[in-house]
Amino acid sequence: MSGYSDPGFDTLALHAGAAPDPATGARAVPIHLSTSFVFDSSEHAASLFNMERSGHVYSRISNPTNAVLEERVAALEGGSGAIATASGQAALHLAIATLADAGSHIVASSALYGGSHNLLHFTLARFGIATTFVKPGDIDGWRAAIRPETRLLFGETLGNPGLDVLDIPTISAIAHDARLPLLVDSTFTTPWLMKPFEHGADLVFHSATKFLSGHGTVIGGVLVDSGRFDWDKSGRFPELTEPYAGFHGMVFAEESSVGAFLLRARREGLRDFGACMSPHTAWLILQGIETLPLRMARHVENTRKIVAFLAAHPMVASVGYPELDGHASQALARRLLPRGCGSVFSFNLKGTRQQGIALIEALKIFSHLANVGDCRSLVIHPASTTHFRMDDAALAQAGITAGTIRLSIGLEDADDLIDDLKRALKTAERAQ
Amino acid sequence: MKLLVDGRQAYAYTGGKPFDPALPCVVFIHGAMHDHSGWTLLARWCAHQGYGVLAINQPGHGRSEGPPLPSVEALADWTLALMSAAGAQQATLVGHSMGTLIALEAAARAPQCVTRLVLLGTAYPMKVSDVLLNAAREAPMKAIDMVNALSISTPASKPSYPGPGMWVHGSNRALMRNQQALSSDINLFEHDFRLCDAYRGGEQAMAKVTCPTTLITGTRDQMTPPKATKELAAALKAQVVMVPAGHLMPAEAPDAVLAGLREALLR
Repeated sequence: MSGYSDPGFDTLALHAGAAPDPATGARAVPIHLSTSFVFDSSEHAASLFNMERSGHVYSRISNPTNAVLEERVAALEGGSGAIATASGQAALHLAIATLADAGSHIVASSALYGGSHNLLHFTLARFGIATTFVKPGDIDGWRAAIRPETRLLFGETLGNPGLDVLDIPTISAIAHDARLPLLVDSTFTTPWLMKPFEHGADLVFHSATKFLSGHGTVIGGVLVDSGRFDWDKSGRFPELTEPYAGFHGMVFAEESSVGAFLLRARREGLRDFGACMSPHTAWLILQGIETLPLRMARHVENTRKIVAFLAAHPMVASVGYPELDGHASQALARRLLPRGCGSVFSFNLKGTRQQGIALIEALKIFSHLANVGDCRSLVIHPASTTHFRMDDAALAQAGITAGTIRLSIGLEDADDLIDDLKRALKTAERAQ
Repeated sequence: MKLLVDGRQAYAYTGGKPFDPALPCVVFIHGAMHDHSGWTLLARWCAHQGYGVLAINQPGHGRSEGPPLPSVEALADWTLALMSAAGAQQATLVGHSMGTLIALEAAARAPQCVTRLVLLGTAYPMKVSDVLLNAAREAPMKAIDMVNALSISTPASKPSYPGPGMWVHGSNRALMRNQQALSSDINLFEHDFRLCDAYRGGEQAMAKVTCPTTLITGTRDQMTPPKATKELAAALKAQVVMVPAGHLMPAEAPDAVLAGLREALLR
């Protein structure tokens, strides 16, 4: 760790947060499948509970294996720290629940993952937290939607499913002018493609189920804090700047100048809502992260080949990939995502709904399922699956039609994927 | 805790308990580009073990009103004035890095007010390389990254600071960037590091120190390496405690530093 700057991304992906185990010499990160951790003495126990010492008490609050994952993702994002959660949805809920309560308001992009839309539009509304949805590219709309009770702005680095690139520099400036933080879902891009903190975002979360894990084996989430938002100066977050009766009267912003948000999220949200990650899950996600740089490069390389193939195919009406001419986010993508726009994208088939179904059912290598970011290639029909709860108007606002097909390009040989698509498109053509 | 010192508002973290001037007092003095938040675990332990705690923010740092003061000597006087404003007549002074120079100078200026010195990551003279000073002037963000990399000796500081899940490199970088952003009128990074580099009163100060002194030194410290503390230890007749950490030892090895502090407080 000597030298004049921190290690590079690939080194951090392997080493951040981890060292050979001092007790056993184990080089790989051990899986600490233990609910709880022994105190040296009563004084030691009291000091851990009272935050006079750092350490692990109970695995709902923290765990040594999870801590490695948390430090590693924070390192890759350029953040101050992180919290591993039971899922990406749990990470989003933890972020919101830490900053908002009944009567609060959120401004969110309308191009969200269906699960996030459900949480904001239906579930949180039931708990008194309202959301105004704004098209991600409607900059004036973001500004106009902010109210006195707004607590955060929220969007996805690449909107689902149209891949609208979130203009993080502009939207974070709008948020900061209003003394509010910007929360970003970075699942589709991962820190290898973009680090939202470098562009002004304050909080980032991932569904680690996707590219970070990369192998389609576990569900998990990670919430990361940049440590840069000034909660005191904002004046809008008494949860962080005034004594919290639920934890020793602690004023989190006094306790840590850069970790107030994470302290409260862990000491309240993780403790009380309990959506923690299993250490076994954390370990599997760590295995994935070790090869994240290699996998993301291959994901993008394969995706560019598939996009080019589909864009030239007569059965395809349009391909929604921001690197293509005509995509509304092309200029932003060149600026914010020079390494590529990920490997999840949609295309619209020329033809009927039946032809779309025929295409999906004819694919042999692509798996028909509700996930993205797997090392295997995946396919789904959003209107009948991930976004099925949305009515036609909401679907249209999210840029989805009945003929939209979403692909998640994996790590197979690109030629095999193209052959698979070629065969399936021919089947779809015959199904007319 | 807010105080008025020399007509300006000052802040001191009190360890999660109201400050009681009747208790034995421990004053924590942070290093360059830092604030009280590097001390919170130690400060909380002290506050809950019967000490009155003042973890100060130097002028122009953290929550204390600026401008930053121009010399170690001025900061020593200001620290003694803050103690007086809080009603503390005597204190153990615990400094880190630049804060050790301030503690040393304060102990020399007012030996009757200082019962112990605990110096973490110290050296005298505290020379700063031209490379770093030039970077501080021309590219402070790069200089922050340089100091960050030199201050932290491992990619795995366990159990992390102030709690699990914090990435010490990232949180230290964010803290320094936030400090640098406090004022657009002054390059705080350059100010703090030039102040360390310029201090020349160490030998005279050491000769005047009468209280027991403990040096806590990181075995992997590249900023103030162990060999740089040897002369200081001899001059101060100090007890030396080695901890397995780099320069940012309160964050890298909080338990080992606490053990050293507990021992020092018993001297």
